[in-house]
Amino acid sequence: MKGSNVFGVVLAGGKGTRMGNVEKPKQFMEIGNKPIIIHTIEKFVMNSTFEKVLVLSPKQWIKHTEDLVRKYIVKPECVVVIEGGNTRNETIMNSIAYIEKLGKLNNDTIIVTHDSVRPFVTHRILEENIRYAMEVGACDTVIPATDTIVESKDHTLISAIPDRSVMYQGQTPQSFKAVKLRDLYNGLTAEEKSILTDACKIMVIKGEKVRLVEGEVSNIKITYPYDLRVAEALLGNTQ
Amino acid sequence: MLNAVYQLKEPRQFEMVFKDITFDDKHIIVRPTYLSICNADQRYYQGLRPKEVLKQKLPMALIHEAVGRVVYDPSETFKVGDFVVMIPNLPYEEDEVIAENYLRSSRFRASGTDGFLQEYVSTTADRIVRLPDNINPLVAAFTEIVSVSFHAIDRFVKTAHVRRNSVGVWGDGNVGYITSLLLKTMYPEMKVYVMGMNESKLNDFTFADETYLVNEIPGNLHIDHGFECVGGNGAHRAINQIIDYINPEGTIAILGVSEDLAPINTRMVLEKGLKIMGSSRSGRNDFVNLVELYKKNPEILEYLENIVGEQIVVREVRDIARAFEKDIHKLIGKTIMVWEK
Repeated sequence: MKGSNVFGVVLAGGKGTRMGNVEKPKQFMEIGNKPIIIHTIEKFVMNSTFEKVLVLSPKQWIKHTEDLVRKYIVKPECVVVIEGGNTRNETIMNSIAYIEKLGKLNNDTIIVTHDSVRPFVTHRILEENIRYAMEVGACDTVIPATDTIVESKDHTLISAIPDRSVMYQGQTPQSFKAVKLRDLYNGLTAEEKSILTDACKIMVIKGEKVRLVEGEVSNIKITYPYDLRVAEALLGNTQ
Repeated sequence: MLNAVYQLKEPRQFEMVFKDITFDDKHIIVRPTYLSICNADQRYYQGLRPKEVLKQKLPMALIHEAVGRVVYDPSETFKVGDFVVMIPNLPYEEDEVIAENYLRSSRFRASGTDGFLQEYVSTTADRIVRLPDNINPLVAAFTEIVSVSFHAIDRFVKTAHVRRNSVGVWGDGNVGYITSLLLKTMYPEMKVYVMGMNESKLNDFTFADETYLVNEIPGNLHIDHGFECVGGNGAHRAINQIIDYINPEGTIAILGVSEDLAPINTRMVLEKGLKIMGSSRSGRNDFVNLVELYKKNPEILEYLENIVGEQIVVREVRDIARAFEKDIHKLIGKTIMVWEK
């Protein structure tokens, strides 16, 4: 939707080159006869709140991703494929820089960042991400932890067993006011940056509020062949 | 696109599955926003249909009464954001004589094919009708059931003889309320009498000329035509009472769904030369003409607000079951799911 100031940011990681015996990144594997990344982009394209959907890809996979977008996406003009960075957070920073280059970046700009390999994201999850990023400034999609989490600092002996009732498993999307996220990230020391595992941590270590958004057990990340089997099972019958 | 579909797997158990939607130049994508529960859905939910029917039709997404907003239309018939009612009947052929809802080849949502309990619905331009923007969405949600009464009245008008001084509507539930309301609005000169079992429900039929408890109908009352809106195991008693009170050559329209056979007084049907006309479901023309009727007679929408029952916001699968359980215990009214799932 033009002028909404909300951008989808689909993070398509993966290394490798197009030549030689290198495994194709997971987002290009197919479920239901379409590449996973296409299913993910389609969910964003069908939500008219998004002004544009940015797909961040490793440089060597940009053309391939663009070709897939042209082949499958019904509103290709809503999607742009750009180069990611060396880390997840650098990749997100690239998306913010792109929005700035478009002249669309201001204090209210929202980015909804999402793993390209989570194609089962739902309309509700996207809507609530947009709502809480606007209201709180940042939000993270989670589900309550079902397994007990065990901490081991030396990777041999248990150092703590946190109370499971306050533990959650992180999914995506993670959504932010883009300018705030960028400014906080740029204010981090190199050491602080090195311990970041995801973008929400930027907000958390700076004492900023991050709202929880209820995820879905089905919002799985397709990483292993096992996940592909689960994904096919989730597709159900096709009557 | 991997679309979440909320299917009834077995009675009282919903399950989320995903089905791929393939985009083409014909199919429109609608995001459902308000869904209304029908007794037909309840018969699946509670497992009241015969076992072999349940085995054949489940798993299946329920709900055939719903409105939503267009999110994608390659045919450019609709704009993104248009508020529309969705038509559950899915015809696969055209017939110059037989209406689309009676063609044996037609399919029907939530009866053999997935209903509207979905994240997005893929449909075609002829299966949605634009609604006025200012319509109350809680009322709009059950446009389909209103279109069924509209369809029955349309058939009645084409079938019944022209003396229409009075009609009797049997049934004080939702279908009785809607049918008698439409009759009185469309034919204000016609006397509309409503017969029911529950006095407090009948008190809400303020637009009717008279209401009577079924065991207190005056012996000298005569009606030119009758509508049966009872269904279930009371259908035959209602039909036989209509046969008693109807004038010769009158038409009896049957709208109530029953799983049981209904023994009726055929001797008097013959003696009085009655016509008995069944009707079921509705088609595109009924929806289009009903929406026009809403525009011309907005007071219908105000009356229909009286039968908006519980409103349940659905964010989780268990909210769907909660809505169905609440719906079971209602006296009258339509249970609406505000769809945020």
